[in-house]
Amino acid sequence: MTSLEQVRERAENDAKTYGYYLTPDKELLQDLLEGLQKNEIRYGYPSCPCRLASGKIEYDRDIICPCDYRDPDIEEHGFCYCALYVRKDVRDGKKPIKPIPERRPKEKQMNAYKDSPETKTQENTIESNPSTPKMKLYYCRQCGYVCFREEPPYICPICKAKKEMFAEVTAPT
Amino acid sequence: MLTTKVEGKNRKHKVRLYAISTCGWCKRTKQHLNDLDVEYEYIDIDLCSREDRQEITKDILSRKGPLAYPTVIVDGKILLTGPSKEELREVLEL
Ligand code: SF4
Repeated sequence: MTSLEQVRERAENDAKTYGYYLTPDKELLQDLLEGLQKNEIRYGYPSCPCRLASGKIEYDRDIICPCDYRDPDIEEHGFCYCALYVRKDVRDGKKPIKPIPERRPKEKQMNAYKDSPETKTQENTIESNPSTPKMKLYYCRQCGYVCFREEPPYICPICKAKKEMFAEVTAPT
Repeated sequence: MLTTKVEGKNRKHKVRLYAISTCGWCKRTKQHLNDLDVEYEYIDIDLCSREDRQEITKDILSRKGPLAYPTVIVDGKILLTGPSKEELREVLEL
């Protein structure tokens, strides 16, 4: 089992590589780390503690922490939706933390209401569902990092290039 | 539906809270309501069945709210998403 210390370390290390910080609010930090740990135990992956997960990785991939929405939210507001990750000015108390609007598209959110973990029927498999995300291979033209996702990441996790630096991997002609 | 009732001295308004059990902000809203000694009920939607989740979604969407938590519904009329303690105090006339 992943210990709380490991969850914290993972978040701290990730924050560092992006130049972010963990929330200065100690109590909130503790609650969010515990939430991530609980989700990792019950779903098998650390999905966002402040969002409703479906329990199916195919639907929840975009909200596995750090979620796909963290970087644009930090750019716009200074902190992520849960406020686990914050920018320097927020950490230094120059900008208050308050609830921000949900950036995750509603169609994606709805998957958590359609399917709950305990309902897995034959007729309603992930494959036959029309809202199943289309995954593609993308590579970072700057560092060569390759990922299999619906969309390229907002920021390359390796070299921190912007999304625009990504291109789809296509078979050589 | 897995509804938890919390006793409180302030019962002027009917307060229902939709929350997520792992969410730090939802916990804070529960704390605010406790501090204000408000009687309320809460439902942790992540612990609910699919049917209950759908019912809650319908309830929130019918009130034009975003599917975000914590969502507080006062007297079945006013919907607040992630309210601060001050907002709660104002709406609940405390
Ligand atoms: S909003 Fe923050 S805490 Fe939640 S998944 Fe995204 S990065 Fe993690």
